[in-house]
Amino acid sequence: MTNETNSTTPKKVPAIYPAKTKLQVTVIFFVVLGIYLFSMSWTQQQMAGGFSGALSNMFNVIEKFFPPNTAVISAIWGPMVETIQMAIIATTVAAILTVPLALLAAENVTTFKPLYIVTRTFLNLLRTIPDLVLAVIFVGLFGIGLFPGILALIIFSLGILAKLISETIESVDMNPLEAMRASGGNVFQVIWYALIPQVLPQFTSLVLYVFEINIRASVVLGLVGAGGIGLILNQQLGFYNYPNAMMIIILIFVVVIAIEYISTKIREALL
Amino acid sequence: MIEFKDVGLVYPNGTEGLKKINVTINDGEFIVIVGLSGAGKSTFIRSINRLVTPTSGSLLVDNEDILKYRGSDMRKLRTKTGMIFQNYNLVKRSNVLKNVLAGRLGHTSTLRSILNLYKKEDIGLAYESLQRVNIAEKIYNRADELSGGQQQRVSIARVLTQQPKYILADEPVASLDPPTSHQVMTYLKKINKEDNITTIVNLHFIDMAMEYADRIIGMRAGEVVFDGPVSEVSESTFEEIYGRSIREDDLRGGADKS
Ligand SMILES: Nc1ncnc2c1ncn2[C@@H]1O[C@H](COP(=O)(O)OP(=O)(O)OP(=O)(O)O)[C@@H](O)[C@H]1O
Ligand SMILES: [Mg+2]
Repeated sequence: MTNETNSTTPKKVPAIYPAKTKLQVTVIFFVVLGIYLFSMSWTQQQMAGGFSGALSNMFNVIEKFFPPNTAVISAIWGPMVETIQMAIIATTVAAILTVPLALLAAENVTTFKPLYIVTRTFLNLLRTIPDLVLAVIFVGLFGIGLFPGILALIIFSLGILAKLISETIESVDMNPLEAMRASGGNVFQVIWYALIPQVLPQFTSLVLYVFEINIRASVVLGLVGAGGIGLILNQQLGFYNYPNAMMIIILIFVVVIAIEYISTKIREALL
Repeated sequence: MIEFKDVGLVYPNGTEGLKKINVTINDGEFIVIVGLSGAGKSTFIRSINRLVTPTSGSLLVDNEDILKYRGSDMRKLRTKTGMIFQNYNLVKRSNVLKNVLAGRLGHTSTLRSILNLYKKEDIGLAYESLQRVNIAEKIYNRADELSGGQQQRVSIARVLTQQPKYILADEPVASLDPPTSHQVMTYLKKINKEDNITTIVNLHFIDMAMEYADRIIGMRAGEVVFDGPVSEVSESTFEEIYGRSIREDDLRGGADKS
């Protein structure tokens, strides 16, 4: 209908999208826009002080935090390492547990529909629980320390990893799998020889990515008592010891950046 | 020996893939199946190694009804029937040797194969198979570094390594140019003669069917409409099978170039 005006022949050119799709997209667009506008005006009302208030507050805060206390660095190094270990252990365990779950949640491997649907639903449920809530629950169950933090991270990263990896599995080339099946390979041999080589680079990359997320998450989990550097940071803030807290924040910043840099480099090399 | 006895296959969506097929394939034969797209050639071939399961009749391989097979019987059946595909179906990220060794999976225990503990003879056999199709120098190349014709030769080597009694080839040359097509068919024919492996090949091309087959089976709409030795086949036979006159694109050509 749009092209008819400037074409010389009266031939009808079909639109790229059917009229129904166009209508749907338009409606969705306006609904989303409406939600944006509404929430913008709503938050404006809630923020009584507005941005100018926040700005003056910020100077007050910054003043209290500086200069950071470099003397505590040796004392906080231990908990920092604990945090990293927490992330490493949790990521490793999650990576192992992911394998069977991801296979069961991949439609092309698990052809038995009910099993696939149950696993999918389980993973979806897992992902709806925020990591912080998991940490609070486990700290309540096991007391303050690293263990509840690790548990929370395992479950949290399992939800993400299994979902992403099952999607990677669903996108593999099925032809080699058929060839292995046709040559007499059993299920395990088919997966090992035809599937794993296809998903291994993606798998490693995703595990590293989740490791990055876990480093940051484990800091936050520490705030609710799940061990590591976050716990110390929370204590120092509780004592109003802002220069110490600032030193901790700087250390976290440096470590997170360093780990993300290394991990990104490895992932680039893999893909 | 493979015997189709009143074999029928109805796909879950209601399409009749095979209708009352009665065919006997003797040991050592080189059979080419021709027919238009959708005639049921793939369905026929894939019934023999149970990649699809006929819904009626009985299908005997070496005097056993394979339609009754489950689990380990099926594995045995597939171990003695090698398959070659139009798209080679190699694991692209794995190297040539690993792809060829996959032909031994049916003969190897799960634990051994997962730990990569192949027997010395198996690796020797894989290498020998690669030599037979003249591609041994690519042994450590990744499969996706090879040309189409080279990949198909690797997939032939994979089947050779399997040491099957039957070879099923589903349009093995459809993705190749004429000279390479003839090269691949020549290898298949040579293996058929030297190792006495019964070979069944699906082909689109009339001239290739005539050149390589001992016997031609023509299919149309799920039925066998012709079955006889090449000597009985003429252009009118193909016109009957195809239900139309023969066209330029029914021929591969390039026979003299190989
Ligand atoms: N998995 C399936 N589900 C439903 N119908 C199918 C399936 N596979 C094949 N068919 C149908 O069965 C009929 C025979 O298909 P088949 O693949 O055996 O034909 P073919 O002779 O190999 O054709 P081509 O030359 O295109 O490969 C076709 O009508 C096809 O649409
Ligand atoms: Mg086919």
